[in-house]
Amino acid sequence: MAGKTLYDKLWDDHLVKQRDDGSALIYIDRQLLHEVTSPQAFEGLRLAGRKPWRIDANLATPDHNVPTTDRDKGIDGIVDPVSRTQVETLDKNCDEFGILEFKIKDQRQGIVHVIGPEQGATLPGMSIVCGDSHTSTHGAFGCLAHGIGTSEVEHVLATQCLVQKKMKNMLVKVNGKLGPGVTGKDVVLAIIGKIGTAGGTGYAIEFGGEAIRGLSMEGRMTICNMSIEAGARVGMVAVDDTTIDYVKGRPFSPKGETWDKAVAYWRTLHSDDDAEFDKVVELDGSAIQPQVSWGTSPEMVVGVDGNVPDPEQEDDPIKREGIVRALKYMGLAPNQKITDIKLDRVFIGSCTNSRIEDLREAAAVVKGRKVAASLKQAMVVPGSGLVKAQAEQEGLDKVFVEAGLEWRDPGCSMCLAMNADKLGQGEHCASTSNRNFEGRQGFGGRTHLVSPAMAAAAAVTGHFVDVRDLLN
Amino acid sequence: MRAFTQHKGIVAPMDRSNVDTDMIIPKQFLKSIKRTGFGPNLFDELRYLDEGKPDQDCSQRPINPDFMLNQERYKSSSILLARRNFGCGSSREHAPWALDDFGFRVVIAPSYADIFYNNCFKNGLLPIVLEEEIVDQLFRETEAESGYELSVDLEAKTVTTPSGQSFSFEVDDFRRHCLLNGLDDIGVTLEDADTIRAYEDARRSSAPWLFNAGN
Repeated sequence: MAGKTLYDKLWDDHLVKQRDDGSALIYIDRQLLHEVTSPQAFEGLRLAGRKPWRIDANLATPDHNVPTTDRDKGIDGIVDPVSRTQVETLDKNCDEFGILEFKIKDQRQGIVHVIGPEQGATLPGMSIVCGDSHTSTHGAFGCLAHGIGTSEVEHVLATQCLVQKKMKNMLVKVNGKLGPGVTGKDVVLAIIGKIGTAGGTGYAIEFGGEAIRGLSMEGRMTICNMSIEAGARVGMVAVDDTTIDYVKGRPFSPKGETWDKAVAYWRTLHSDDDAEFDKVVELDGSAIQPQVSWGTSPEMVVGVDGNVPDPEQEDDPIKREGIVRALKYMGLAPNQKITDIKLDRVFIGSCTNSRIEDLREAAAVVKGRKVAASLKQAMVVPGSGLVKAQAEQEGLDKVFVEAGLEWRDPGCSMCLAMNADKLGQGEHCASTSNRNFEGRQGFGGRTHLVSPAMAAAAAVTGHFVDVRDLLN
Repeated sequence: MRAFTQHKGIVAPMDRSNVDTDMIIPKQFLKSIKRTGFGPNLFDELRYLDEGKPDQDCSQRPINPDFMLNQERYKSSSILLARRNFGCGSSREHAPWALDDFGFRVVIAPSYADIFYNNCFKNGLLPIVLEEEIVDQLFRETEAESGYELSVDLEAKTVTTPSGQSFSFEVDDFRRHCLLNGLDDIGVTLEDADTIRAYEDARRSSAPWLFNAGN
């Protein structure tokens, strides 16, 4: 019999009951909650007269609607009354049910997918859910992490279980070493470019290979975060020393004998040598260039030295139509050079790229340089209050401000523009976020997905440029 | 949950692939703390020419005459015909809520994103997968004939055209069962409360670090 994949092991460890109809009950160790996808779930509990199954499995924070300025004003700083109501509703629900919440003025507040790992609330081997598709981020710790809808948020609150059908196993193996200036973001964009936005649908993806093993936890989180952009609800990386070193000493992490026992278990969280995958995709990591998305789907991506595609060269009529529509929306011409795309704004932040390492990479590029005069705005939004404090301790905030970038308070911000940070119609933005969908960053806005280093390089030149040219 | 057994309705063609949930319901409408009222903002950026805002009277907004839902023949449609990878992107359940609130009961596409697909079943909305060639045929027939209707039978797992041509589709047994009977799946899961508790107790002793509430 073949060995088990990491996903098989995580599935087996969380299986409460296999039902006759093919569905299964999976136990959930941790649920992260935020203000957008939880109010209707709490309301559902109340209407049915149900209580949360296990209160201490939940951790909440407001992130999508929070402003990134004037944080000292707290909730009063939220100008939009509808946004304010949503944040107040989360506070009320957490208070009523006794759920731990890092409220808007708490230094531990931040984007859910940043604070979970930062607090050690995300531990290897856990099953984690959140009403947010980027919950796959936590798979970087060898977790089984699913993004879920609001009905499932309610289901997990009420039962501590998720009804699931086992997915298929996919291995994405990135061989070789990444070149200098090439990051986890470039790797995941290259993967999505190769397998497509639906390439991982129905699969749990494990990312492996030398290039993945060589990445920090921040880089691995960036990759797992965007699994959903390849269609996979679940993305994972096996546990190794990098994982265990990251987890050690965090507020929720085990200590003493429990730590030793946990580590012994965590060391088993990798696919067995003889495990069989339903699908294997291989990439040469050393050949990956810094990536830039040109279209309105994350699969519409190319190396920075490349060109915008020509729809005439596409054989598949549905894809051709998609390219034509994307070029029209993006205001780009076929065969245009990526480095000729002029930018209006730069956004460094989001659950994909707002951790300390991301900020360090961006700061290293802008240090001693100035934001191009042609830009309307370049902003840096740290992923949490603690990331912000750490960056300030390292002096990164000064580097950004001296270069002319805005240094903001933590939240989801312009990744989805639910707060006041957004693009104007027709504006091009170099963004370290995860989605370049039409209107995602603001009505009529045009998003180009890049790494923090590439966004920083674009900020100081006003157009896309190969960051490696600036680093030399 | 509302049960789904059979449905016959007018088909609306959403002729583009990779329709994401931002397109189905843009983020500014996610600020609502209710489950209802999203229908007027379904496909907001395609349907109207201006930028939509929450709590707006949509009947006063400039509409995009080219968008199919603004054409008289599709205004009372209840079956959405779509292309590959429908519902990709965000996990927002506001997407099926908006489709439902508009009046859609069925979506037909060659493929869906996983989270959207799953969210539909929680809301009495049936997402049907048919092969691309069949979907192509349905697009042609929908566009050729005003008032084109399909009949969907979840018990029999069939989609039938006006000419009587019938196509079978697959759906997981447990999802079909819940939808046919309009079951509250939290109630179904809680029937196994003792099993969940036994699992939890065993884990509490074998992996105590999973039950650390932090400090």
